[in-house]
Amino acid sequence: MTGMKIDLNHISALSLLSLDPASYEKIEKDLSEILLLVDKMNTIDTQHVEPMTHPHDGFQRLRDDVVLEEVDLHETQKSAPKTDQGYYLVPKVIE
Amino acid sequence: MDDLNTVIGLQKSLRNGQVSSKEITQDYLKRIRSRDKQINSFINLNHEVSIGQAEIADKMIAKGKATALTGIPIAHKDIFCTKHLPTTCGSKMLENFIAPYDATVISKLENAGAVLLGKTNMDEFAMGSSNETSYFGPVHNPWNPSCVPGGSSGGSAAAVAANLAPCATGTDTGGSIRQPASFCGLTGLKPTYGTVSRYGMIAYASSLDQAGPICHNAEDAGILYSFMLGFDPKDSTSIASEKYFFALENNKNASKFENLTIGLPKIGFQTSELDTALSEIQRVLEGLGHKFVEIELPNIEASIPSYYVIASAEASTNLSRYDGVRFGYRCEAPKNLQDLYVRTRSEGFGEEVKRRILTGTYALSVGYFDQYYLKAQKVRRLIARDFQTAFADVDLILTPTTPSTAFELEALVDNPIEMYQQDIFTVPVNLAGLPAISIPCGFRNEMPIGAQFIADAFNEDLLISVSREFQKVTDFHNRIPSSSR
Repeated sequence: MTGMKIDLNHISALSLLSLDPASYEKIEKDLSEILLLVDKMNTIDTQHVEPMTHPHDGFQRLRDDVVLEEVDLHETQKSAPKTDQGYYLVPKVIE
Repeated sequence: MDDLNTVIGLQKSLRNGQVSSKEITQDYLKRIRSRDKQINSFINLNHEVSIGQAEIADKMIAKGKATALTGIPIAHKDIFCTKHLPTTCGSKMLENFIAPYDATVISKLENAGAVLLGKTNMDEFAMGSSNETSYFGPVHNPWNPSCVPGGSSGGSAAAVAANLAPCATGTDTGGSIRQPASFCGLTGLKPTYGTVSRYGMIAYASSLDQAGPICHNAEDAGILYSFMLGFDPKDSTSIASEKYFFALENNKNASKFENLTIGLPKIGFQTSELDTALSEIQRVLEGLGHKFVEIELPNIEASIPSYYVIASAEASTNLSRYDGVRFGYRCEAPKNLQDLYVRTRSEGFGEEVKRRILTGTYALSVGYFDQYYLKAQKVRRLIARDFQTAFADVDLILTPTTPSTAFELEALVDNPIEMYQQDIFTVPVNLAGLPAISIPCGFRNEMPIGAQFIADAFNEDLLISVSREFQKVTDFHNRIPSSSR
């Protein structure tokens, strides 16, 4: 798995990022090196080890679905790039 | 160290009426105005808000309703949402973002009467170990302006070291409180995961992120932490931890802090050029009745690989919310919705953030999920188990905080792998969700050296206690850079 070629176009499309063609090679090189570093963990035997998703295993408390704090719509939308009558505006989706 | 630069010192002066919170706050704002141009530790200030809060604090003190923090100015890392000031997270993406609510950490400290002094510079979205990835420019280390202050909470650490704030908040995902504290000669506490609410703290890697204090000494850090911690129903990973920490305050359990056994992992001394300073801390603590034993942490070498997979994967997910629709930056004249998303993100994020999003997306993509993400989580469990095994025999673990003292600006910017290695001693702690503290323990070429104590979960009181003991008989924490006098 080391030295694996990364399909950077595919990954950047999944990430919704367009990469500057001038820095494409540098990014590819950096990512390959990061993956080489990461591959070092493959020398460790993890057979029969459960993945640890969280420091306090399996615990994600839910609270009652009640409003604790009300935030004004106008206040919330102050930082939005474009709004109209409480709606967020984006370019036309259906031509 | 002038007492008027510490929380304890300011508290005494406020209580005996020697000085008002308004005077203290005005003085700090004046220092920031005159000296922060060289350091660049603050991103945003709001004099009106700060002075207004100081006046409220003075009234609380006059009425005899003061807490230990009433009237004390605090610099907040610009990752905590604040209603009254922009919250940029060091990114162009959030340059003009004003949160409609306060983070729990902010409101808890405000309720205690603390004064919001300003928002500090940081690596973009907390991704970095040198504070050079900030959209608002690098921060300079007050001990030597050609060196980095560490990161990602570099602005918070530099502000405290330069005496532009008596104390600060920070966040620590892989060392972002401890490493800058170490580089700037300060005491930085990364608490047990879940003890300080993450509500309103902009997410980088949610299973690792934890807020904590950066101060001049352990006593101050204990005070600030005691006001930051506490159960918060708005954070689904929050834990009620007060009962653990306040045992120290009430001193009911004093024997817990005596004759400790401290573990020295072999790796700590083998890879560090700072072992003379660590031998010194060992000698001092042995003189105080504690003993040292060698311990093994067999899987520790895999911490950096496991960390960079988990942190990047969580980051790529968390940062998908920045789409130019509901808040933050939006590109000019988007052609269509897809163009809006892609150009907004490509123009709004910096290089390191993009690198981690790409790494994380790769690790989570079809065909690689098991090989990278799942594998990293299994390794994470083995690392956590190593600590559990060690804590069966020892009360604390001692390591260097960093492999070296603060490095020169731009020395590592083009070498992400070497930059990531800076976190070798700090990331295992985040993977295991444990508490750890960095305290100054010496100097090398006039730059501070940090030592890290790691404790089992919820034993922050042990960390504060042993650090206080060390600081009672040494003066490394009292030294300040000549430019800060």
